[in-house]
Amino acid sequence: MDLSVRIGSLVLKSPLMSASGCFGYGLEYADIVDLSSLGAVVVKGLFLKEREGHPPPRIVETPSGMLNAIGLQGIGVHRFVREKMPELRRLGAVVIVNVCGSSIDEYAEVTRILSDCEGVAAIELNISCPNIKEGGIQFGCNLASTGEVVAAVRRATALPLIPKLTPNVTSVPSFARAAEENGADAVSLVNTFLAMVIDPETRRPAISNGMGGLSGPAIRPIAVRMVYECAKQVRIPVIGMGGISSARDVLEFMIAGATAVQVGTANFVDPFIWPRLQAGIEDYMTRHGVARVADLVGTVDF
Amino acid sequence: MPPLDVPALVLRNTHLSPDYNVLHLEAPAIAAASQPGQFVMIRTAAGTDPLLRRPFSVFEVLRDAAGSPSGISVLSKRIGPGTARLYDAAAGDRLLVLGPLGKPFSLVSPPAEAWMVAGGVGLAPFATLTEALRSTGAPARLFYGGRTRADLFYLDWFASRGVTLDLATEDGSLGAHGRVTAPLDDALRARAASLPVTLYACGPEPMLKAVAGLARTYGRSSQLSTERIMGCGLGGCYSCVVRVREAGGAPHFVRSCLNGPVFNGDDLVWE
Ligand SMILES: Cc1cc2nc3c(=O)[nH]c(=O)nc-3n(C[C@H](O)[C@H](O)[C@H](O)COP(=O)(O)O)c2cc1C
Repeated sequence: MDLSVRIGSLVLKSPLMSASGCFGYGLEYADIVDLSSLGAVVVKGLFLKEREGHPPPRIVETPSGMLNAIGLQGIGVHRFVREKMPELRRLGAVVIVNVCGSSIDEYAEVTRILSDCEGVAAIELNISCPNIKEGGIQFGCNLASTGEVVAAVRRATALPLIPKLTPNVTSVPSFARAAEENGADAVSLVNTFLAMVIDPETRRPAISNGMGGLSGPAIRPIAVRMVYECAKQVRIPVIGMGGISSARDVLEFMIAGATAVQVGTANFVDPFIWPRLQAGIEDYMTRHGVARVADLVGTVDF
Repeated sequence: MPPLDVPALVLRNTHLSPDYNVLHLEAPAIAAASQPGQFVMIRTAAGTDPLLRRPFSVFEVLRDAAGSPSGISVLSKRIGPGTARLYDAAAGDRLLVLGPLGKPFSLVSPPAEAWMVAGGVGLAPFATLTEALRSTGAPARLFYGGRTRADLFYLDWFASRGVTLDLATEDGSLGAHGRVTAPLDDALRARAASLPVTLYACGPEPMLKAVAGLARTYGRSSQLSTERIMGCGLGGCYSCVVRVREAGGAPHFVRSCLNGPVFNGDDLVWE
């Protein structure tokens, strides 16, 4: 059975990846998950410098989902390369780094540093974090800026480049096209939906940042729709995510048009989910006589 | 040992009050591995609502007739939909229990005494600590506060294990009238500086902050067990951060699931 999928020049042994920000730097899970068994480990968003993130409370649970505003707390790209990459390499992880920036120059600089680091397999460009004032979503909500930042980072690296798109726009496919036209090798979607929870007793928002990003099963059907729409409009691979919690959900995204998928919130609920997802995909392939998982991509009967 | 995720059988659910319950869970491997102050993440429902697991201190390590660890209990207070599920759990149910997780308390030995300070459901880590202290022989004392006498539990349990009890209730219905930190303050003042004592505390953050302050005032060390909102318990989500200041460095956020939940009181920076 062939579970491999291709993202630009990268051939992954499985379509399953961790979603950025939901798997630490990967090493947190090394003693319970075989990191080399994943298609890729997508690590937490990194800026050039260390960041503190928002004060707690940073999350609140919502019906079948959660709202977060972590604020991209992180160790910065230099410490990541020094302190995390050697062990990730040793464990055989295919590492995709989620790159953040407050300016186009910062995105390009972080990407250049990572491109010189052995073992970084691809760059996921985070232009979609809803939780920080500067950077991130300000690039991802404007077509011209999306094109500009993708083009600039494209010039900075030969690694596969995967802009991560926000669902907080009227037409996600137009942003997928802008990414493709400016040299992206794939796009990933969706990042979280900007949302809010208020406690009527205190009349205060439930998390310190006021608003946050909604993830988990609650967003899945919207994410599937967006992946479906984007996959029809671009020729580069689409990496789908949003609420995936079972093999059934993985297959749904792939049939909608995703070449690979990422799992975020469900990993919090069940960190032992990975072998179960893989077994479920294999079981489906057996039942449906599918030899190569890549043959399922975009096969929705509609 | 890496944490395990087991579908633990609910052996017994004891309702202590309209809010508090103790769940006995069959989980021998987790029981055998857990140390005082560690926690487990419990999935309270099979579906997606509530979605996230909830963190609980390991309250007791249960043992079979031969004395081998057979399970754990957790002390829960009903405050939301997850804990409401646990309040209503029935013997025979199964709950996914992930653990043991986090950094445990470090134990003291005689002549040092261990003074535990618990507020409400913050009693949870102190039964296992009491058992462990019995093996070091350090004398143990429990300062335990709640709203009213009906909120104080397991008093006989601690007394029968030689723990000296100092109780406080906000309505004065049992023990000192007011906050538990008042009798703690008196006891610290009365204790000769030459006699070592370590404070262990778990409870509402204002109480932890007060205990850290008293420890500093009287030159005592303190180990505080924090209870932040946690998403995963494994360091994946960065939700449960607390601010710490490590020797010389600037204050920064660290994950209480990995770097805690037990922290040296001097390291914590309060907002
Ligand atoms: C706690 C948390 C932190 C996240 N941090 C990041 C991040 O650093 N970079 C990023 O691109 N996306 C981040 N995300 C978004 C996820 O990668 C993913 O796009 C989203 O959660 C939807 O997938 P899910 O429903 O499977 O969680 C974060 C999500 C959560 C819940």
